[in-house]
Amino acid sequence: MKKKFKLEDLDCANCAAKMEEAIKKIDGVNDAVVSFLAQKMTIDADDARFDDIMKEVQATIAKVEPDCKLIM
Amino acid sequence: MTQKQKKMLFRIIISFILLAALMAEEHAGILPENVWVRMALFLVPYLIIGYDIIMKAAKNIRNGQVFDENFLMMIATFGAFGAQEFSEAAAVMLFYQVGELFQSYAVGKSRQSIADMMDICPEYANIEVDGVLTKVEPDDVETGSIIVVKAGEKVPLDGIVIEGDSLLDTAALTGESVPRHVGVNDEVYSGCVNGSGTLKIRTTKEYDDSTVAKILELVENASSKKAKVENFITKFAKYYTPIVTISAVLLAIVPPLVLGGGWIGWMHRACTFLVISCPCALVISVPLGFFGGIGAASKLGVLVKGGNYLEAVSEMTTIVFDKTGTLTKGEFKVSKLIPAQGVSKEHLIETAALAEGYSNHPIAASIRAAYQKDIDMDRVEGARETAGHGVLADVDGRQIMVGNEKLMNDNNIAISCCNDTGTVCYAAEDGEYLGAILITDTIKDGVKDAISAMKKVGVKKCVMLTGDRQETAKAVADELGIDEVHAELLPSDKVSILEKLLEAQHGREKLAFAGDGINDAPVLTRADIGFAMGSMGSDAAIEAADIVLMDDDVGKIAKVVNISRKTLKIVKQNIVFALAVKAIVLVLGALGIASMWAAVFADVGVAVLAILNSMRTLRFGRK
Repeated sequence: MKKKFKLEDLDCANCAAKMEEAIKKIDGVNDAVVSFLAQKMTIDADDARFDDIMKEVQATIAKVEPDCKLIM
Repeated sequence: MTQKQKKMLFRIIISFILLAALMAEEHAGILPENVWVRMALFLVPYLIIGYDIIMKAAKNIRNGQVFDENFLMMIATFGAFGAQEFSEAAAVMLFYQVGELFQSYAVGKSRQSIADMMDICPEYANIEVDGVLTKVEPDDVETGSIIVVKAGEKVPLDGIVIEGDSLLDTAALTGESVPRHVGVNDEVYSGCVNGSGTLKIRTTKEYDDSTVAKILELVENASSKKAKVENFITKFAKYYTPIVTISAVLLAIVPPLVLGGGWIGWMHRACTFLVISCPCALVISVPLGFFGGIGAASKLGVLVKGGNYLEAVSEMTTIVFDKTGTLTKGEFKVSKLIPAQGVSKEHLIETAALAEGYSNHPIAASIRAAYQKDIDMDRVEGARETAGHGVLADVDGRQIMVGNEKLMNDNNIAISCCNDTGTVCYAAEDGEYLGAILITDTIKDGVKDAISAMKKVGVKKCVMLTGDRQETAKAVADELGIDEVHAELLPSDKVSILEKLLEAQHGREKLAFAGDGINDAPVLTRADIGFAMGSMGSDAAIEAADIVLMDDDVGKIAKVVNISRKTLKIVKQNIVFALAVKAIVLVLGALGIASMWAAVFADVGVAVLAILNSMRTLRFGRK
């Protein structure tokens, strides 16, 4: 399933790149794109575990850039 | 400025005043001698400006993010404190924050410009329920609903006008501000602005399938298809920070061990390194440049589906056109009927029109239009179409063939040819030649200028592919200044010719194909860059293409090349500038010549300048 989320307070471009890298590595994530300019994240992940995966994604975001919030 | 930025500005001012006062006192020699007291004094402005950095750094260490710019800034300034360069430590932190503020302001501005550019999204639709108008989300409107668009409102969904007439401003979609007149039964596209009268529209698509939603999706997704330069930067950024950080550690340890002593001086130099360790200038400005270029193109009515395509366009040397619908209007008209002896014109056109009754080929449509009477399809049986040849059908029980010379030759039917330019369609009945129908198509306005403009911007070879006869193709090519013509092609031939042309390309030269998408989706995919005609083209073509010309104007191609060149120039300027400044400051820093001040400039200063430079791409479209 492909879904788009807004990211609030994404202030650092390098963090966006790191975030993208880290999210792609999460198990069950097929692809992820974090756009610093659009402040959006597009994620393609397994349908069955989507909610669990999103929890992991949120934890990853908090790790890389504590200020940044994922709007669900 | 946002609330966050205002707060930052306030902190900067307070910290600046305190620091300036302390530095003045230091200069005048009225500060206490005691190192600890002096350090405590300088810590005040330092903490006012830098407390959030230290907090973030602490959080990041807990999360195992060592190569984080906050952490590195903290280490660098702590190092300066350790070297007893108190004023420098506080000042570096202050200027770092000033730079960050500028950067965040510039990023905010560019985000705003991008948002404005994308401001074609309709907010609501007026739906009529029992004679009462209610505003609803475009998303909630079902296909086939009747919506009302008043003057000045955006058309929220694609549909067909059922009442009223008006002038539509299509600038948001096509970049062309010439208003388009629409009346009953005309198709309207979402994203247009209704200029004058009120329109009642029956929607034909859901919001997600509407033109405006598709455009927004395309442009938003464009940033995920990265140009080579962008990929290079992403890779570079991954290695840059660790390398600089490790060099800093080495610089702090190795020379003092080898030379014996001088720990503090070397540590100071190492701290300079840490300040320059973020590749931010590049990571922000390069994608921003491409985003701006793509945005500028979309202002012109050209949708570029990714940074990689924008990059490729700048290296385009060959462009291959499909003739019909791209160079010519694709509006076929029967211009002459040449019946065989003993056959009436009426019989010829009637037979042909019936045989072509089921075909959706533009030529078939023109023949049916020329017949002018209703076509009784009950008289037709077993119609089958052979691509690139024509149609076979049984009309009133007689076997009819309508098609080109090849079809006639294959069936051993003798034809009498004519020498006029245009497409000739032959008809035969039960193996007997009935006559020829001459169909002509007109060249689009401005195509000749478009081709000479493309040559001016560096396209070396223009090629035309067509299923038409050699003579007709040649005539069109000569008129337009096309260099190479391949005529009498079957749809399947197009791919093989394109393959040959691709092989003939040298090095980085790129080949583009421009077509309206009827039969040429495979060619669009195969070419380095596929241009599709947006308004005439099929959905499949738009899907397969890399760049969509919303108003079918090939004249825009040269403009896109210009945008692409300018974008790449800016991106390359930024890369060279940022890398050069960083490299110079790193070297000078290692030698102990560049101070931490220079390092702060090499970090945030360069980032701000690069962002400002990239923002110029956003302005390309405004002309």
